[in-house]
Amino acid sequence: MADLTEAQKQLYWSYNVRLTTILLVIWFVVTYLISGLWAGWLNNYSMLGFPLGYYMAAQGSLAIFVIEIAVYAYLMNKKDEEYGIREEG
Amino acid sequence: MSLDKLFGLYTVGFLGVTVLIGIGERLGLFSNQMIGWLFMALSLLIYVFIGIVTRTSNPDQYYVAGRGVPAFYNGMATGSDWMSAASFISMGGALSAQGFAGLAYVMGWTGGYLLLAVFLGPYLRQFGAYTIPDFLGARYGGNAARVVGVVGAIACSFTYLIAQVTGVGLIVARFIGLDFNIGVFVGLLGVLFCSVLGGMRSVTWTQVAQYIILIISYLVPVVYLSWQLFSIPIPELTYGRILQQNNTKAIEITRDAKEKQTRALWKKDADEIAAKIKAGGISEAEVDKLKAQQAIALRQATAPAASDDAKVGRYLTVPSGVGMWNFLALTFCLMVGTAGLPHILTRYYTTPSVRQARTSVAWSLFFIFLLYFTAPAYAAFARFTIYAKLVGTKIAELPRWVTLWQPAGLFEVVDKAGDGIVQWADFVVKSTDFVVLAMPEIAGLPFVITGLVMAGGLAAALSTADGLLLTIANAISHDLYYNVIDPRASLAKRLTITKVLLVVTAIVAAWVATFRLSLIVELVAWAFSLAGASFFPALVMGIWWKRANKTGAVIGMIAGLGVTTYYMIGSRFFGVSWFGTQTIASAIFGLPVGFIVIWIVSLLTAPPPREVQDLVVSVRYPRSGQATARAAQGIQLGQH
Repeated sequence: MADLTEAQKQLYWSYNVRLTTILLVIWFVVTYLISGLWAGWLNNYSMLGFPLGYYMAAQGSLAIFVIEIAVYAYLMNKKDEEYGIREEG
Repeated sequence: MSLDKLFGLYTVGFLGVTVLIGIGERLGLFSNQMIGWLFMALSLLIYVFIGIVTRTSNPDQYYVAGRGVPAFYNGMATGSDWMSAASFISMGGALSAQGFAGLAYVMGWTGGYLLLAVFLGPYLRQFGAYTIPDFLGARYGGNAARVVGVVGAIACSFTYLIAQVTGVGLIVARFIGLDFNIGVFVGLLGVLFCSVLGGMRSVTWTQVAQYIILIISYLVPVVYLSWQLFSIPIPELTYGRILQQNNTKAIEITRDAKEKQTRALWKKDADEIAAKIKAGGISEAEVDKLKAQQAIALRQATAPAASDDAKVGRYLTVPSGVGMWNFLALTFCLMVGTAGLPHILTRYYTTPSVRQARTSVAWSLFFIFLLYFTAPAYAAFARFTIYAKLVGTKIAELPRWVTLWQPAGLFEVVDKAGDGIVQWADFVVKSTDFVVLAMPEIAGLPFVITGLVMAGGLAAALSTADGLLLTIANAISHDLYYNVIDPRASLAKRLTITKVLLVVTAIVAAWVATFRLSLIVELVAWAFSLAGASFFPALVMGIWWKRANKTGAVIGMIAGLGVTTYYMIGSRFFGVSWFGTQTIASAIFGLPVGFIVIWIVSLLTAPPPREVQDLVVSVRYPRSGQATARAAQGIQLGQH
């Protein structure tokens, strides 16, 4: 691989840090607020016949975690490509 | 033949054999016990066969499967490595009993993978070590961090291993009718064949095979029931209605006159026991026994959770106050524990590249999700079938599953009111572990499905045991012996030591399991807090902060571990309580302490050498894991 310049390295890393932060914020909101602190209130609403708070804790949050990790892998791998980062392996 | 074709054929073959056994059962060719034997023998043979075919003595193959496992298959292997007897056997039952509070496990054990994906997995792969203590040793230099890592890895993994071995023994004992102790050793043979012959390489491919069996066997019973009741084969869509029906039934039970009478009798029992304890003059052991009886009587005297609002049952009521704090704290501890367990982290060393490591975390969680997404539905269906098939039947005509399972001691049916009819309050549950294993029989499904579930539970326990066993043996042979005691040991000698250790560890674990200590289940839950408080801060800081140094990491790990252990033992045995936190959520205190100590101590002491700092930065830009690993080893050896 061609070595990245310092500026490129900085851009690449700050992109990674930003993406990581966004994903963690979503993770926090979904787990601790929507499926935790706010779940009682959300139970007043329903989804597919389930109380919403329960549904988010039992199913919704899991689906969101899977999507988040898939998005992370997809975007970072694309970024690698963009920066011409190739691995020997 | 390509991997896809191979495992595709294997899956079709397994389903085909299951159907054939089912036909055989319908024709009356097989007795139940024969079906049990067939499933056990067949699955063990597959695992042993894979172990023999993939045997190896090459160190890269032995420790990290040649770093050649594609993301998709590493995801499957991680799935079965991760999902243990606890996920497979216990989670459905716990959810069925605990309602909303039990969801901490479902979320904690999946949400942790996001932490793993963004903080650790890809970077560890880029670093390219062999084990987690290996990473600590290379990153922080010297042996102190490595040795603390070895101690932590063994502490978390060994308790966990004993629980898996116990699971194997239970399954074999119940389905085959072998003695528990013999069952344990039969199962271990299956595990040892893989790990001894081919290390990580064999374990990986066996775990893939085990994942396929375990997921099929978990899904089939609920899909079957969902189809039977609603003609929709997707239980996740239909169990909302089941939850509501359960709630209606629970309200009925609460109001029923006979149930009330039965509950009153239990209450009377509880009061009598309380009076006996109060009167005094009995030994302490006797008091403990009475207290246990009192707890059972009180539980039986309580009506099933339900609410008049048919939409939101109390079963689904969200905890508040201290209950909410504990719910959130436990979820958090399980998440960081998940991201800190060494036997899971090492799986990401085996992918061919950083990119595949990232993708592989996504596949891992997807494969785990398939089971966890179904678990709450499993729980609801199980409760439904018990309401429908037990409550109101005559004591003289108990369903067959009750007579089959009662000897296992997980539950008991007593005719409290003496009216010859089973009330809900007559059903005394001692351990909810029977729920998943017995559900097919409770629902009256063909026995072949019970056999399938048995094979799945066995696969879940064995695959996790495989991964744990290898982690322990490698921690001792690679990290302790090779890196600390005798760095000149030849490759042949190291591998021999690993193999001997595998056998010895397995035998010790089996031996401990035969004592059937009730504390083991608790210890497994503790393992998450221990892993979370010891490994997570040191690994995350090691990767994300180049200034973190050896002194900081070592003191930080010990401090995190110390605070967690102090609170665990204190709250479990000596009545210590901080904010009313449960024992299993101890890492909620240890983890922040770990981070803060690493931070402060690192700043107070000299920064790590230039090369290490450069290495930490270089790990941010994926290139090739192996090169950096060699660089790390070089740095480390240079320091000796």
